[in-house]
Amino acid sequence: MNRRFLEEKIFKILMIFSIFIVVGSLILIFSVIVFNGASSISLDMLTQTSSPRFYLGKGGGGMLNAIVGSLLLALPATAMAFLIGICIALFLQRDFIHPTISNFIRLCLDILWGVPSIIYGIFCMTIMIAFGMSTSLLFGIIALTLLEIPIITRSIDESIKMVPLGLKESAYSLGSTKFETAIKVVRRQALPGIVAGILLGLGRGIGDAASILLTVGDSNFIPDSLYDSTAALPTMILNLLSMPDPNVQSKAYVVAFVLLIIVLAISIISRSLSKKSTKYVIK
Amino acid sequence: MKNLSNIQIETIDLNVTYHNNHVLKNVNIKIPSKQLTAIIGPSGCGKTTLLKSFNRLLEIRDDVSISGKIIVDNENILDHKAGDVPDIRKKMGLLSQKPSPLPMSIYDNVAYGQRIHNKKSKEDLDKIVEDCLKEAGLWQEVKDRLHDPASRLSAGQQQRLCLARAIAVNPEVLLCDEPTSALDPISAQQIEKLLLKLKKDYTVVLVTHTLRQAKRVADYLIFLYFGEVVEEGTSDEFFNNPKDPKTKAYLEGEIS
Repeated sequence: MNRRFLEEKIFKILMIFSIFIVVGSLILIFSVIVFNGASSISLDMLTQTSSPRFYLGKGGGGMLNAIVGSLLLALPATAMAFLIGICIALFLQRDFIHPTISNFIRLCLDILWGVPSIIYGIFCMTIMIAFGMSTSLLFGIIALTLLEIPIITRSIDESIKMVPLGLKESAYSLGSTKFETAIKVVRRQALPGIVAGILLGLGRGIGDAASILLTVGDSNFIPDSLYDSTAALPTMILNLLSMPDPNVQSKAYVVAFVLLIIVLAISIISRSLSKKSTKYVIK
Repeated sequence: MKNLSNIQIETIDLNVTYHNNHVLKNVNIKIPSKQLTAIIGPSGCGKTTLLKSFNRLLEIRDDVSISGKIIVDNENILDHKAGDVPDIRKKMGLLSQKPSPLPMSIYDNVAYGQRIHNKKSKEDLDKIVEDCLKEAGLWQEVKDRLHDPASRLSAGQQQRLCLARAIAVNPEVLLCDEPTSALDPISAQQIEKLLLKLKKDYTVVLVTHTLRQAKRVADYLIFLYFGEVVEEGTSDEFFNNPKDPKTKAYLEGEIS
């Protein structure tokens, strides 16, 4: 009896300790960023594009081009990864192909999920060079799409797998085809999971530096076309931090703060969206 | 069973195997049209499997093999190609053990079948939804909230919604897989009454594990025991004069 009581105590302490680490590190991350960036915070940082002087000392513009660049990279990439991902995820269900094959495809996706993002960057850079092209928005989008496909596909796949068999039976017994069942019934039931998957992909895409490091290049302007090089928030952080001037380095923390706010906003939006989409879901 | 034209579903040497588990063994039965047939038997004897083989719903699971013949409207439905399967299923409404409304509004649930099979005008669709909900005895309760999610209905209401949804596609047969076992007694009674009313227009096949329910509602009975048909017959013969000793034992509660 005494030993069991002790076990319970130890376990409780471990849980509280782990929670403290998670919450504590979130607070620490925020305070480090705010503390280091405080000296560079200004409205110009949000409303101005960068200039060569931006990397050399105080002032000299802002990060508007990187914010726009990041959104122009992550939003189209997420849209494409979603379109490809939902097709794969719906197709992976046993209504369409044999479980042995779908499990093999799942394994491939899981391996792709684990591939470090720099590898996607190198891969896309190689293709870019093979086509004789230079760093551009286009290849950044391709790299991010490849990075996001396994994430989005597997999360949608998991949420579709959770759809109860009884629901599919209902749809089939009303004379639905496999396609109608997938699109009209399964998709609705899995909607919260699909929304979560998209936003997981978007969050990953917008914050990833390694995959775009070699493919988008850098620029002080907002890109005009798909073939322009562009700045992005994660790469801008790297560029600013690699400068020797502490005034420039502190700008990196402001950029990091904005990136953090964007990712946070995505996760808050995703929570409220998936709450809304549960309205019709059968428990 | 004097007139063969009154047979809705007939199985000939039907065998079903799941994961090397022989669930149905040489089942030969005839289900009379426009009557209520109850399939009874202890748990795990293959009742649900038999029911779901009638609309080829077993195939959506893997590892199932089916042999023999299932004759519906003079055709062996097991011969049909995959593309025709939705039409076979359309003939047979399903009421499952756990009410499973579709993840959409009450209105959309009933309209779903019509929408996928026929292009109907809004007025026609409204009329069909109203008629079907009335037939399922649900109209009065939901007429003011047709666009609420179906998941907000109680379990009993959901089951009646599933019934309304099933008859909205004009089936010939209603397949009911223990439709009352997850419901409270009053809802269960409502469903039973509805089934008795609906058997005038539809062939009703009811899987049940309560003998009393079978006795109350069934015209014709099929007794399954470990995947084999032990006895079939009209309600009167079956309960008052069972031929097989296993049936007698089951009726007396000695095997279950």
